Amino acid sequence: MKIIVPVKQVPEVAEVKVNEETGTLIRDGVPSILNPFDEYAVEEAIKLRDHYGGEVVVMTMGPPQAKEALWKALAMGGDRAIHLTDRIFAGADTWATAYTLARQIKKMEYDLVICGKQAIDGDTAQVGPEIAELLGIPQICYVRHLEIDEDGKHVIAHRETDDGYDVIKAKMPVLLTATKGLNEPRLPNIMGIMKAKKKPLEEIDAATLGVPEDDLGLKGSPTTVRKVFPPERKSGGIKLQDVDAKEAARQLVEFLAKKGAI
Amino acid sequence: MGLIYDKEKCTGCMLCPKVCNFGAIEKDGDKVKFDLDKCVLCGSCEEICPEDAIGIERKTVDKEKIAEYKDVWVWCETAEGKLRGVAFELVTKARELADKLGENVIAVLIGHEVEHLAEFLIHQGADRVLLVDDKIFADYTTDAYTIAMVTLIAPRKPSIVLYGATNNGRDLAPRVAARMALGLTADCTGLDIDDERQLVQTRPAFGGNIMAEILCPYTRPQMATVRPNVFKPSDRDTSCTGDIEKVEVKIGANQVRTRVLEHVKEVVEGMKSVEEADIVVCSGRGIKDPSNLTLPQELADLLNAAVGGSRPIVDAGWLPPTQQVGQSGRTISPSLYFALGISGAIQHCSGMSSSEIIIAINKDPEAPIFEIADFGIVGDIFEVVPAIIEEIKKLQSDR
Repeated sequence: MKIIVPVKQVPEVAEVKVNEETGTLIRDGVPSILNPFDEYAVEEAIKLRDHYGGEVVVMTMGPPQAKEALWKALAMGGDRAIHLTDRIFAGADTWATAYTLARQIKKMEYDLVICGKQAIDGDTAQVGPEIAELLGIPQICYVRHLEIDEDGKHVIAHRETDDGYDVIKAKMPVLLTATKGLNEPRLPNIMGIMKAKKKPLEEIDAATLGVPEDDLGLKGSPTTVRKVFPPERKSGGIKLQDVDAKEAARQLVEFLAKKGAI
Repeated sequence: MGLIYDKEKCTGCMLCPKVCNFGAIEKDGDKVKFDLDKCVLCGSCEEICPEDAIGIERKTVDKEKIAEYKDVWVWCETAEGKLRGVAFELVTKARELADKLGENVIAVLIGHEVEHLAEFLIHQGADRVLLVDDKIFADYTTDAYTIAMVTLIAPRKPSIVLYGATNNGRDLAPRVAARMALGLTADCTGLDIDDERQLVQTRPAFGGNIMAEILCPYTRPQMATVRPNVFKPSDRDTSCTGDIEKVEVKIGANQVRTRVLEHVKEVVEGMKSVEEADIVVCSGRGIKDPSNLTLPQELADLLNAAVGGSRPIVDAGWLPPTQQVGQSGRTISPSLYFALGISGAIQHCSGMSSSEIIIAINKDPEAPIFEIADFGIVGDIFEVVPAIIEEIKKLQSDR
C-alpha cells in the first residue's frame, strides 16, 4: 500500500504570545512542532504499511527549517520524505498550498493520502479537501476510525459528524483527514531519531515542480490578508477574588440579568 | 474560454457528456466536441475524465468580469428533514450584506423531500430559494453536493456564497472552492462589505490570539464558512414573499464515490448540542469526578443550556465526544459560556473564544481563562455553582 502524508510544521500555538502594544504575535523563541493532527495521519499510515506492506512518503511545503517536521515523521517511521521548498511558494493561501502539494502528488503513485484534519495555527481544515479535489479523488474528512475492506480495495471509515459519526465506504485511492481518536501517535525512539536523518529526503523547487510562478505562493493565492489585529480585549472584565461564594453568585447573576443574558 | 481539450489523449470513453449538466459536450465520431457557448467551465468533465484529456485553464477575473457576479447565497444545510440553525443565522446575515450591495439573497436548499423548508427561508429573508431535491441528496455526500453547488453557481454567478462551518460545511466548501479555483475563508466570525463592495471576512487564528481580515479580490464568488451561533437570526416574518426555483441536477450513481453505510448518533438522549445551544455550561478537570457532572447539568437545565466538556473530561469518557469544546472537539460561539474548573489552555480557548459572554469559575487565580472572561470568580466550583443556581432560581421566581 502506497501512502502519502502531507504534513505541516506549525508553531507551538500554546506558547505564542501577543505583543500587547503592537497587537502582533511574538514568535521568537516559540518552538516549531509537527502539527499534532498530522501525527495521527503519520501514525495511521505507518500502521497500515506495517500490516499491508508498501511505503509511507511524508511531504511538506515550507521553508528550509520545515525539514524538522519531516524528520519527526521519518523518526516515527515514515520511509522517505519530499520537501517542496522555494521562496516562490511563500505566502500561499489554502488554495495555492493545496495546488502545489497536489501537483507533486500527481507525479506519484498512491493508494491513500492521509492529512491531519487541520493545522493548529490556521485551523482552516481546507487544504486536505482541496488536495482531494485537485487530484480528482474522493475524500473522507474527520476520520476517527479506519479499516481496509477485506477486498483490499476499499476503505471503511468513521467520519465524525455534528451528531456522531457516519460509516463511509470508498474505493481507493481516497484522501482521508485524521482527527483525534484515530490512534495514539507513537513517540519516536532514539533509534528512530537516529535513522531519520539517513532516510531519503528529496528537495523540490518550483522549477523542478514545473509549475508557472503565477500559480504559486502569494501570486497564486485567491485570498489576501488585509489586516491582522488583536481580538477585542474584554474591556474591564470583572474578576472577583476573596469574595464569599454567595455574594459572588449574587453579583454574577445581577451582571447576567443586566446584560439580558439570562 | 479556458477549456483545453487534448484530442490525442481522448479515448472516446464518453463519460464526459454524461456528467455535463449544461449539454455542452457531444459525441463527435470516436471523440467528443464542446459547445463553448454552453460551457460554464464548471469542471465536471475535467473531474471525470480518466485520461486527463480535459483541462480548465483558470485565470484571474478582471474588474469587468467581477461586476457580472451578483447576489448573496447561503448553502442551507439540512439534517433529518430540518434546517440547521446556522442556515437561519446566515440568511439573516446575507440579508444585511445584500441590502448593503443592493442585491438579492438566494438560499440554496439541497436534499430529499425538503421542499416544505423553502418557505421558512423566505420568511427569514431570502428573495429566492434554489431547490435541488432528489433521492441522491438524502445523505450528505461530498461528491453529490459538490456537483450540485457547482452546477448552480457556475451559470448564475453569485458574488458571495456562505456556508455554515459545520462538519459538512467544512467538507463541502473547500471542495467547491478547489473545483472552481476560488478563494475560501474558514470559520469566519465577522462579515462586512467595504467601500469597494468587497466581502471583508474576519476570522480568528493562532488559537484566537489574533484576528485576520481576509479579502478575495480577484475571483468570484467570494466564499466563506461561518461559525454557527456567531450571528443571531432575525425574527421570521411570514409576510415575506419570494420565489422557489426548482433546479434539476443530474448525477450518475458512479459520480458519488463514497457510500454512507450507516449514521451513528452519539447524541445522548436529552443532551443538547453544544454547537446549537445559545448557552453552554462547560466543565473541566476541576469537576473531579463524573458523578459531580450533575451540578453543571442542573445549571444547564435551569438555563435551557447545553453541557460541554474540555478534552480531559471527554477523553476520560465522562461526556460523549459530541460535547467536547476546543480545537480537537467543537468550535462554538454561544451567547453565554460558563467555564467551570477549566484552566483555559489555548486549545480550549480556540474553540470558544468567540463566545459573546464568558463566565469563568476556577480555584486558581492565575488560570489563563480569566484573561478572556467577562466575569470571573476565583473560588471552588462546588461552592460557587450551587450558589449561582440558587440566585438564578430566585431571579426566575421573581419574574
